[in-house]
Amino acid sequence: MTLLEVRSLSKSFGGVVAVAGVSFSIQQGQICALIGPNGAGKTTMFNVITGIYQPDSGQVYFEDRLISGFKPHQIAGLGITRTFQNLQIFENMTVRENVMLGRHVLTKTGLFSAALGLPASRRENRACRRLAGDFLAQVGLADRADEPSANLPFGQQRLLEIARAMALEPKLLLLDEPAAGLPGGETRELEQVILRLRDQGTSILLVEHDMETVMNLADNIVVMDFGYKIAEGGPAKIQKDPQVLKAYLGEEDSDA
Amino acid sequence: MSQDRVRRRRFIKTAFPVLLTLSLLLLPLFNDSSYVLSTLVFIGIYSIVTISLCLLMGYAGQISLGHAAFYGMGAYGSAILTVKFGLNPWLALLAAAAFTALVAWAIGIPTLKLKEHYLALATLGFGVIVYIIFTQETAWTGGPSGLSGIPYLSLGQLTFNNDLSYYYLVWAAVLFTIYLSSNIVNSRIGRALRAIHGSETAAEAMGVNTAAYKLQIFVLSAIFASIAGSLYSHYITMINPSPFGFRMSIEFVLMAVVGGIASIWGPLVGVSVVIFLTQLLRDLIPLLLPNAGGEMELVAFGLILSVIMIFMPEGLFRGLMDRWDNPVRYRKAKAPLPSSLWEEDES
Amino acid sequence: MDPGQLLQLLIAGLVLGVIYALIAVGFITVYNVTGIINFAQGEFVMLGAMLAVTLHKYNLPLPLIILIAVAAMAVTGMLMQRLAIRPAKSASLVTFIIISIGISIALRGAALLIWGTNPYTLPAFSNQAGLEWLGAHIQVQSLWIMAITLMAFAGLFYFFEKTYPGKAVKACVINPNAAELMGINPQSMSLLAFAIAGGMGALAGVVITPITLASYDMGLMFGLKGFVAAVLGGLTSVPGALVGGVLLGVLESLGAGYISSGYKDALAFLILVLILFVKPDGLLGKIRGNRV
Repeated sequence: MTLLEVRSLSKSFGGVVAVAGVSFSIQQGQICALIGPNGAGKTTMFNVITGIYQPDSGQVYFEDRLISGFKPHQIAGLGITRTFQNLQIFENMTVRENVMLGRHVLTKTGLFSAALGLPASRRENRACRRLAGDFLAQVGLADRADEPSANLPFGQQRLLEIARAMALEPKLLLLDEPAAGLPGGETRELEQVILRLRDQGTSILLVEHDMETVMNLADNIVVMDFGYKIAEGGPAKIQKDPQVLKAYLGEEDSDA
Repeated sequence: MSQDRVRRRRFIKTAFPVLLTLSLLLLPLFNDSSYVLSTLVFIGIYSIVTISLCLLMGYAGQISLGHAAFYGMGAYGSAILTVKFGLNPWLALLAAAAFTALVAWAIGIPTLKLKEHYLALATLGFGVIVYIIFTQETAWTGGPSGLSGIPYLSLGQLTFNNDLSYYYLVWAAVLFTIYLSSNIVNSRIGRALRAIHGSETAAEAMGVNTAAYKLQIFVLSAIFASIAGSLYSHYITMINPSPFGFRMSIEFVLMAVVGGIASIWGPLVGVSVVIFLTQLLRDLIPLLLPNAGGEMELVAFGLILSVIMIFMPEGLFRGLMDRWDNPVRYRKAKAPLPSSLWEEDES
Repeated sequence: MDPGQLLQLLIAGLVLGVIYALIAVGFITVYNVTGIINFAQGEFVMLGAMLAVTLHKYNLPLPLIILIAVAAMAVTGMLMQRLAIRPAKSASLVTFIIISIGISIALRGAALLIWGTNPYTLPAFSNQAGLEWLGAHIQVQSLWIMAITLMAFAGLFYFFEKTYPGKAVKACVINPNAAELMGINPQSMSLLAFAIAGGMGALAGVVITPITLASYDMGLMFGLKGFVAAVLGGLTSVPGALVGGVLLGVLESLGAGYISSGYKDALAFLILVLILFVKPDGLLGKIRGNRV
């Protein structure tokens, strides 16, 4: 079934068109990749889907429900979350606490109950700690759970962001260039983590420049350039699409 | 983390509050001079405000340069309701806190949308406006001369009309404030607040309603400050606007930051250090520079403050604790060590 | 109220406004080059004023007094940058605010030590009786203030537009990273910014003293109001300082005249709060976008 549908979405900033009339959809259980040269509008697309920006025109539907116009935390509450291209871990918290924060929408202790230290609050807290440990184990960070997150090397911080997102048990996970800056070995490990996520029932929308990763993971690929969608299809089809090749490699007779 | 360190931390975390409570309970047996007790009363009252400021600044990452306004609203609220309307002091305290909460809620909605220095400015402006209202609305507040004849608090047969009883009252309140704040910090709410401080964008993406939480903690910190103000009123029984202006707001921020804003015990340290430093300078300077007057303390105070902030910006409590406990990690850390290393409940 | 009185209020507001504008320039320059809100700015104003008072007692000629006061506070500003700001490296905003507050406390204490609590005055810069214009009486000092301040602004304009150091400072304002890549040293620029803040603050203090007196605690209010003026004008430019300052001065003067002089200080802060809610980038500020 269709999990996410983007319909004729457009977004401009000042006079600059970032996304122009793009439509695509993601099926449940799929890994969909969004690729394109720099400036194609991929991160803007992410930001619109997650509610950071409102579209100028067009809609976003999630499980057949209109979500464009919702605030980011509301969209997270529906089961959509993301990682960030420029890493937004909480450096003022430990590794474990970062992941515990991921459980926020699935827990319910309020200010009053928390302040008084009521048993329900403490119980929920303990359960949350344990669960966080489990998610960390899935990405291989269990042994560093109680360290300051700022001390982790870059690649592990990326995994931490993913573990944090996993803790939300999202239906749809948006990954913004998760492999950026990772050496080859770690990239392959990352791919395994992502595949495992998909197998556990999380659908994934992936922005990525590493073509090998994209081809290894994606069921469906959407290609953007200058804000427009220029191609869509499976890996085999996209690899041969002339529009795609032109966008990435430029015209054959250009003077580069 | 090594088992040793875990055990040592756990020991300190339980021992420290117990030791503190015991010392506070027993102190008057050793020294019940009015001077010492009243100093400790003030340390307690200021600590309540400072702890609330730490929740707002250190955990949620916001700034308030106008917190003396909430402190003053509690003080004047209690004073006006008891002196002019004869209301029971405890009811007046609650009513003043409720009113302050309402004002904080109303101000907070537009103000907390601002960031950093704009937020600092807006809170500063608000604080000055409230102070000016205190000085101008003479019919209500008594203007620059203020109000006097504020009645004492009492509980059954016990009237809190001397230093000793007030000392216990205030410190009971402080310990309760610490209990509440510490619980908040270690909870889902505390994590949400710290997430907002760490990265508001990521917090939103993980489902934290940042606007709502910032408002909640702003209102809560205003309520704490208001209660502290009420306690102040019923202690000195006469008030005027001067402790509720910009200087006091800054002094609260100072005390919070000197102690360490990202901790619950830090404020206690900060308040104590600032107050003792002021008193120490008052005693010491005349010895070192016989002809210098009170002004020299100001100079020394300002300089010492700046030096602390330059070299230990995370505050004295965290700065010293981290250096003692984690010397290697402290030097290697790229960001201030998370407060939870000292406070997180590891059950 | 008759037009003469209105005009009088407007002129008083204008005079006050250009003073606020001078103080605002100090804030704006430091903020744009370093990102710091300098809470000691008001004390530069105060110290400049007090220094001028003392120099006057030694019967120095007025132009020399102004020169020395401005230079001394420019040096003080630089000392503050070198000793208090630079060692703190890249601390957080709150830390820098506290540091500058600590310095302002120390400076105020020093002033208290040297000059005591008495208010002091300077005679007006010349002896004429002032002039009557359309029913308003204009003090001669007001004319001096306008003249000197406008010359100062002209000098600032020349500095920022035509001289290399000035253009370097401007470059830091517009794009600090590019400026650094072009070989401009941010620490030198920071030093220069604090020097300007000190000098302009001192100038404001000296010229206003004949009208409003000088005392050791005048710095706080002047600093805060200069700050409001800076925010009003957009915190990004020198013309903005002028616009913000004049607007604030005029509004304050009219408010004191028509509403109540007790609340006139509150008016400045009410304006501040309203501007922050409605248009935080001020009247001339540019909207800065945020790329996620």
